Amino acid sequence: MMWRFDRFGEAVALSDEHGQSLTYAQLAREGEALCGAIGGRCLCLNLCGNTIGSAVGYAGMVEGGVVPALLAASIDRELFAALYEAYHPAYLWAPEGFEWERCESVYERFGYRLLKTPFGAETKLHDDLALLLTTSGSTGSPKFVRQSYGNIRANTESIVEYLALTAQEKPITTLPMNYTYGLSILNTHLWVGATVLLTEKGIAQRDFWTFFREAGATSMGGVPYTYEMLDRMRFTRMDLPTLRTLTQAGGKLLPDLHRRFAQWCRDTGRRFVVMYGQCEATARMAYLPWEMSLDKVGAMGVAIPGGRFELIGVNGEIITEPHVTGELRYYGENVTLGYAQCGADLEKGDERGGVLDTGDMAQVDEDGCYTVVGRKKRFLKMYGNRVNLDETERMLKAAFPEAECACAGRDDHLMIFSTDADALPAMRAWLSEKTGLNLSGFHTTHLDAIPKNDAGKTLYRELEKYHV
Amino acid sequence: MTNLEKYVKAFSEALEVPESDVPALKYGESDQWDSVGHMTLIAALEDAFDIMVDMDDIIDLSSFEKGKEILRKYDVEI
Repeated sequence: MMWRFDRFGEAVALSDEHGQSLTYAQLAREGEALCGAIGGRCLCLNLCGNTIGSAVGYAGMVEGGVVPALLAASIDRELFAALYEAYHPAYLWAPEGFEWERCESVYERFGYRLLKTPFGAETKLHDDLALLLTTSGSTGSPKFVRQSYGNIRANTESIVEYLALTAQEKPITTLPMNYTYGLSILNTHLWVGATVLLTEKGIAQRDFWTFFREAGATSMGGVPYTYEMLDRMRFTRMDLPTLRTLTQAGGKLLPDLHRRFAQWCRDTGRRFVVMYGQCEATARMAYLPWEMSLDKVGAMGVAIPGGRFELIGVNGEIITEPHVTGELRYYGENVTLGYAQCGADLEKGDERGGVLDTGDMAQVDEDGCYTVVGRKKRFLKMYGNRVNLDETERMLKAAFPEAECACAGRDDHLMIFSTDADALPAMRAWLSEKTGLNLSGFHTTHLDAIPKNDAGKTLYRELEKYHV
Repeated sequence: MTNLEKYVKAFSEALEVPESDVPALKYGESDQWDSVGHMTLIAALEDAFDIMVDMDDIIDLSSFEKGKEILRKYDVEI
């Protein structure tokens, strides 16, 4: 058992924009009923939205020992088919209207249906395995991060401690439930008996703000793109008396935006908390205490309670002096078990032993505060989602074998370079569709030749001059 | 170019849909018109008509038709 929902009895656990709500006692019962229908520990693919049906499915399964793999309800059908074939789940938990070949509905609740697959419980699961999440919610490979019950518990307790969460909180959803940061908001608030406000609406829609005000939301989270939007919308002029806390993660916020939101929060008696994490560390690894948010603009802060960092130099040595760049390594109980590429991997236990090489390059200052300064591997954050450029390049090469291409760019701007001008629009549309990310983030440039060294390796540095 | 032509062009370019599909567009109903597409669209409308759209109007602009009504407040007749 993860949360023991019955502890909070008649307190409201979930409340949605349509006026429907569920107490903790009801959530406990609904979870038990769902797990009863499932009949025992097995794998389930959940198509998620910020709805009561989706939340009951996730929380009920984790509480009852069923292992959910969380996917966006809008997932590309081809990618879903690849996951379905690679993992052979026993069930699907999907919104009404979702159909899949040879699957039949055996239970229905809150607009969701439990679809039984022909596979039964044939996929064997390690005892520690609690949950599967995709690394980025995007690129095409059927890869999951394996999270244990201990991982979720450890990270949840740390976050509850450093954000000082109480039952009085009412976070409103701004991020998908299948995205590690969005999920951590759900996990931590259910832990303290708070009320999670669920909405499918986004911050660009009036209904979102109407629900925010009527339900009295106390906190919201956002990725850098969310803050850029809030800034453009002149968010700080809005009248939101119940709002107490803004959190930010999913990539590095532009220092100017960090400063302005931190200043606004300080001026209005609110908390602005920058955080750092990865799905591979369950959710969070570091946070910048809100009291320091204006003094440490651009920093991601200190390790969460129970965790610690090391910076590793080029020769593998541990860097001890401040302001020297090294690769960021994290130690903590929230470091996940490892990856899975197929169903057989779900029998594996812990492959990481509590150590994670983050792939981020960072520095520490005299006060022990960390700042991310770059990345070791070639990846970008697109609207908070990690996108591996080598992977998108491979995907494009496979789908467009005639066209020579390369992928590069910066956060929220992925550049596709190709020698085939005619293929570029199709490549751009295809990649947007496969990753499920808005077309506006993809840019194309036609080149006479992709710059390469004598060994045939692409010179990405030379592509930087084209970046938008 | 008439205001209507500019208006249609802003939608078509920001949301990357053919001009013929533009009149039926609603927030959340086309792949491109999500929160990211919305901000691209607002920027395109601001550029096309040299205006600055208020927060209240940004969150109200939920369809092609609704947008016409909103732009009237900025003295743009479509």
